[in-house]
Amino acid sequence: MQLLYFSDVSTKLFLSASSCSTMKSLCHGPFIAASAPVGRRAFGGHLTTKSFHKQLHFRSRCVVFSSFSCSATLSVVPELEEKLVFDGEEANLLVRELRKNFDSGRTKSYEWRVSQLEAINKMLEEKEKEITEALYEDLAKPQFEAFIAEISQAKSSCDEALKELKDWMKPEKVNTSITTFPSSAEIVPEPLGVVLVISTWNFPFLLSMDPVIGAISAGNAVVLKPSEIAPATSSLLVNLIQQYLDSSAIRVVEGAVPETTALLEQKWDKILYTGSARVGRIVMAAAAKHLTPVILELGGKCPAVVESDVNLQVTARRIIAGKWACNSGQACISIDYIITRKEFAPKLISALKEELEQFFGKDPMESKDMSRIVSPNQFARLVKLLDEDKVSDKVVLGGQRDEKKLKIAPTIILDVPEDALVMQEEIFGPILPIITVDNIENCYSIIKSKPKPLAAYLFTNNEQLKKDYVDKISSGGMLINDAIIHVATRGLPFGGVEESGMGCYHGKFSFDSFSHRKSVLYRSFDADSSIRYPPYTPEKEKLLKALISGNILQIILALFGWS
Amino acid sequence: MMERDLNDLRESYESGKTKEASWRESQLKGLRRFLMDKQQDIMQALMQDLGKHQIEAFRDEIGTLIKTLNLALKSLKDWMSSKKAALPQLALLTSAEIVPQPLGVVLIISSWNFPIGLSLEPLIGAVAAGNAAVLKPSELSPACSSLLASSLTTYLDNKGIKVMEGGAEESQQLLEQRWDKIFFTGSARVGRIVMSAAVKHLTPVTLELGGKCPAVVDSLSSSWDIEVTVKRIIVAKYGTCAGQACIAIDYVLVEKGYCSKLVQLIKLYINKMFGDNPQKSKTISRIVNKHHFSRLKNLLADEKVKESVIYGGSMDQDNLFIEPTILVDPPLEAAVMSEEIFGPLLPIITLEKIEDSIKFINCRPKPLALYVFTKNQTLQRRMISETSSGSVTFNDAILQYAADTLPFGGVGESGFGMYHGKFSFDTFSHHKAVVRRSFLTDFWYRYPPWTLNKLQLLQVSYNYDYLGLLLVLLGLKRPSKHVISGHM
Repeated sequence: MQLLYFSDVSTKLFLSASSCSTMKSLCHGPFIAASAPVGRRAFGGHLTTKSFHKQLHFRSRCVVFSSFSCSATLSVVPELEEKLVFDGEEANLLVRELRKNFDSGRTKSYEWRVSQLEAINKMLEEKEKEITEALYEDLAKPQFEAFIAEISQAKSSCDEALKELKDWMKPEKVNTSITTFPSSAEIVPEPLGVVLVISTWNFPFLLSMDPVIGAISAGNAVVLKPSEIAPATSSLLVNLIQQYLDSSAIRVVEGAVPETTALLEQKWDKILYTGSARVGRIVMAAAAKHLTPVILELGGKCPAVVESDVNLQVTARRIIAGKWACNSGQACISIDYIITRKEFAPKLISALKEELEQFFGKDPMESKDMSRIVSPNQFARLVKLLDEDKVSDKVVLGGQRDEKKLKIAPTIILDVPEDALVMQEEIFGPILPIITVDNIENCYSIIKSKPKPLAAYLFTNNEQLKKDYVDKISSGGMLINDAIIHVATRGLPFGGVEESGMGCYHGKFSFDSFSHRKSVLYRSFDADSSIRYPPYTPEKEKLLKALISGNILQIILALFGWS
Repeated sequence: MMERDLNDLRESYESGKTKEASWRESQLKGLRRFLMDKQQDIMQALMQDLGKHQIEAFRDEIGTLIKTLNLALKSLKDWMSSKKAALPQLALLTSAEIVPQPLGVVLIISSWNFPIGLSLEPLIGAVAAGNAAVLKPSELSPACSSLLASSLTTYLDNKGIKVMEGGAEESQQLLEQRWDKIFFTGSARVGRIVMSAAVKHLTPVTLELGGKCPAVVDSLSSSWDIEVTVKRIIVAKYGTCAGQACIAIDYVLVEKGYCSKLVQLIKLYINKMFGDNPQKSKTISRIVNKHHFSRLKNLLADEKVKESVIYGGSMDQDNLFIEPTILVDPPLEAAVMSEEIFGPLLPIITLEKIEDSIKFINCRPKPLALYVFTKNQTLQRRMISETSSGSVTFNDAILQYAADTLPFGGVGESGFGMYHGKFSFDTFSHHKAVVRRSFLTDFWYRYPPWTLNKLQLLQVSYNYDYLGLLLVLLGLKRPSKHVISGHM
């Protein structure tokens, strides 16, 4: 699928939305759009944005499927119903309404923000079961994972915001220099306005709610577009947010490419998008039209370098926690591949084998503790990675798959060639390539030959190696001797660099990302020195130079005309 | 040629040289030496390009830059150091920090109105943050552009910092390359082009644009206050590159009853500051080029706008000089009130009540700066909370540009991203989150197979419930009903 397809296809879908094949494309299109791995293909952003215009004056009644079934295990049968399509005009009305409510100032008050955050907390408490069930339906996500990786994270984010909000909202006093003396200054955070959050399917609850919590904390009106690839969670979010939150300022729009396209045509004050680099580009190109700042949370191939001096059992467990026990590797920060010493690889593999069996049993395909693959399309993509000629004979563990259940066993492949697909694109699944090197320092050139990842991991006790790794590798975040858990670390920004994205959030960083930091300088009318004003004289120039240099002695000299 | 230069830069960056504190320091010192040694040349170039008086040149460009450089040199070590982050409960034997790292090879596209200041201010940030950088000065200020290309480069490491001259075509070519950051100062129109080009390589951008910056003047009772206000308005309009500044006052809002007093004083002080013949006194910059001259001329062409001119209005096309001009209540739909003026024309809009200015400002795109001259603290508070702009300055104008501790940047149509002082360093850095763990503590309940007990342990530990944690560990706490009814 071409990149330009994203917007072009959506226009076509609108026109022919009653045919049966549409259902297929609706499932297919958004899948490619929302979950395709990092693509490095260049494309002309201007062409894409142009095609957005096509939909602006287009509105019609047509038949759509109210619930999309993209997964073979789901029993939901798509039902046909007459429904008004969410198009550009509809989106425009929505944004206008929210803007009106934002302008009224209601979302700016501390009380409003707190009431919404408390409502989210209440929702998390009361609806834990429903959320867990939806996640199970979408991804067969074990309840345990649903709790630790999504619900509790959202809760912790909400709690932190509630606890810190007063502090975050306080203007920050800053010192002023002699150049502007006498004066006082502060930095006042103010909400940006109406913001859009486009979420994704792998952590469909957390990656929807976490940015929304940030947007609300900062006092914005917000529209959330959850992923249509996780339909149960998406429709649950519609219900929950409607039920618990102030719908005059917080809304959910469900849908796929056409709806997203309609939303992206609008003028937003910030867009936070989580997903692939390919769609990230489309989002940014649409944002450029309105000069909207964007946060792009993308992915990339996150490496884990394993030195031989580690505690083998703990390392193996943490690798498993960072790969298979993390949504079956369907996470933007999950370990994508491992680099280790040639002689150490067999030890590592056997430790992984042993721990995997401890965790998921003798037959991992039967384990209830591992999420399934989200959709048949993703499943097919992963199978293709595995079945490539250069790869299929490198499998040292796993490889089993069950198309009906959309399950793939924890799979390790050893020393696949660099040009194999599995080493070229983000894997986003339970396949783990292990690349061996003679010298651990060779990891730098391998990692650097790829776009900067969202996370980079290192397992070692060697302090020098740790230091070098931190210095030499550029990645969104970095975690030494563990995986994944750095994103749950308070006080740290979460965000990528280069192909893994731009901007960051979590905690105070979320608040900052959804705020404008306004500089406010207070001056008094007293102590007005004439040197700033024409007519300009040589004496004034001298004093000015002294003032700017901040050298008190020089200032005195100049004031008295002695220098 | 360009490709080779860029390869040089990328190589320099990849070699790790630009990351070294010593390299950054030497380049910052090089920049400072350039400003010291070449002060006369810079002033001459600014005179040639814009007719900028040397005091203005020093006040707004050279001096401000030296101040920034001094700050950067003094603070570099501190800026470069990692910041520790506080850690939560589960994190025994863990440390976390935020490590600032350079982004890579960055592009700075500068503007013609402060051709030295707006080129070097971001460059200082880029260099302090350890990036390799290309500076593209504006071709509309050719003397400054060529001074930077020929002279500045002799003070700097040319494998790590390059100045590339050129116009739209060269900019277009530059924009097609892969950058790790693009810093652009200019118009919203070109800002959109820059951001669209940045999409290709997912390059983050900082856009420093402009907008119509209003100055709200309350009916001040003390004559000292109003005189100071008037002086500050004049300098922020006519005395700052003849109003060709993104933070220059664009128009004034004042109560109807106070307008005539204000106008009378502005006239008086224009005369005091610039003399009977401002053009002769050489204290006002000229218009940068013919194109902008005729743009400004056209702003006044409308019959109704022309009628609103109550002072000045004379134009010398040959010398590209426009006299300080005051307009009172030009039609609001006229171009002079819908476009950024960027020249020495000052519309004064009268309102019934000064509080009406809030609505007036909110009806228009968010400006880069808002100036409010008032002693009324309620009005001050309302201005801060009820309007949105890049910055707000009370009882003065332009000066916020010189405050290193304040971020400088716009919002909405006036741009995004910010710089100055430490903010420049941050703009050109990636803040990498780094967590270090030890192998010694490992909680078994982090790993599958998942059991009720493990889930409970996590629930209590994520809820910071240490007592609960103890109880569960001792087997004294019963599972919650959600856990039982779930999909275990």
